[in-house]
Amino acid sequence: MQVSMTINGALVSLDVEPRTLLVHYLRDHAGLTGTNVGCDTSSCGACTVHLDGEAVKSCTMFAVQADDCAVTTIEGLADGDVLHPMQQAFHECHALQCGYCTPGMIMAAVSLLDEVPNPTEAEVREGLEGNLCRCTGYHNIVKAVLQAAGGGGAGQ
Amino acid sequence: MIPAAFDYVRAESAGHALELLAEHGDEAKLLAGGHSLIPLMKFRLAAPAVVVDIGRITELSYVRDAGDHLAIGALTRHREIETNALVGSQAGLLAGATAKVGDPQVRHRGTIGGAIAHGDPASDIPAALLALRATMVIDGPDGQRQVSSDDFFTGFLETAIGEQDLLTEIRVPKVPDAGWSFQKFNRRAQDWAIVGAAVLVNGGTCGVGLVNMDSRPVRAAGVESAIAGGASAADAAAAAADGLEPPADLNAGVEYRQHLARVLTRRGLEEAGA
Ligand code: FES
Ligand code: FES
Repeated sequence: MQVSMTINGALVSLDVEPRTLLVHYLRDHAGLTGTNVGCDTSSCGACTVHLDGEAVKSCTMFAVQADDCAVTTIEGLADGDVLHPMQQAFHECHALQCGYCTPGMIMAAVSLLDEVPNPTEAEVREGLEGNLCRCTGYHNIVKAVLQAAGGGGAGQ
Repeated sequence: MIPAAFDYVRAESAGHALELLAEHGDEAKLLAGGHSLIPLMKFRLAAPAVVVDIGRITELSYVRDAGDHLAIGALTRHREIETNALVGSQAGLLAGATAKVGDPQVRHRGTIGGAIAHGDPASDIPAALLALRATMVIDGPDGQRQVSSDDFFTGFLETAIGEQDLLTEIRVPKVPDAGWSFQKFNRRAQDWAIVGAAVLVNGGTCGVGLVNMDSRPVRAAGVESAIAGGASAADAAAAAADGLEPPADLNAGVEYRQHLARVLTRRGLEEAGA
């Protein structure tokens, strides 16, 4: 069936099976491999993208459920060569090691700040409870999100 | 993991969904937010021939003040319920329990109707609805009927919703002055509850719903009658596991769950002001 959506501002229309998961639509059909699959069971958050502005786990959605919707993936955050403030904060705070969780972590963090613009550290930790990182111990991730919330200034 | 192939149809309205169910019978499964059904389909524990997507029926997504109760559309998403001011002020226990479901991504997609239609004893929301004495509204081929939360959860992953029925609304009595507490015990953030207790204290009475303490979502009836009879929170909570048959799994055995039910119920009663 034909499934169409706006991905990172561009209209995409592809013929896929109804059982195609959104994450596979993005990676295998639309060629956007920035979104990762970690657990495939809606636990780890590596597959997090935005659906109409809200963070969702794209391994637990059929692509057809996003038909006619707007999807943003990690590839859609930066403005040309200028990183999104959250990406910049992850870079400055060294909020990643292997980087596998990072695309999903950043998408979840951006969605969190949309809902809670000035979170406490506890709110950041709770707000990212759907995203697992096996490397960093979360400390620098939390630091990066707090920095991004504070306007992205490196001097904070 | 790839689910088995299926035919996809999108219901445009509640009436259309009922027509599609009548047409496809037990071959069809309803898809709302998908956070219960899609995992089952990926594991191929469910392989419906037809998936009827009801996720876009906006007429079933609402929270309304209906006099003595709140009327909540079955397709209202967890995030909306968690943050809705009416739910917060009139049925805080439901908002509190909903905020503990899964994680933010799950709550953006999952719906209250989908969560309870799954009939999972490990789910948080049924316990809150039992404690609040909610009523479910079900539309079917023979019209509409109302089912009390006590009669709604009929067995393990089984509810009063028939194969050609659509859960349309959840009615939650308004209890603006009640104290409440939602106690969820798990080992890691985002995990399902090993045991949970949803507690509502309203004057001299209380409602207690338990998570993962039987094959279906249940109330701790002995605790409720002890509180109504004037017992202290600690004495009443001692009855929390009476008559229940909790599951044993790799997280906890039966005795440990019984212990958790008593402790969490006591904490809940105390926090809710019993
Ligand atoms: S891959 Fe989707 S949550 Fe882990
Ligand atoms: S940086 Fe390796 S999993 Fe997070």
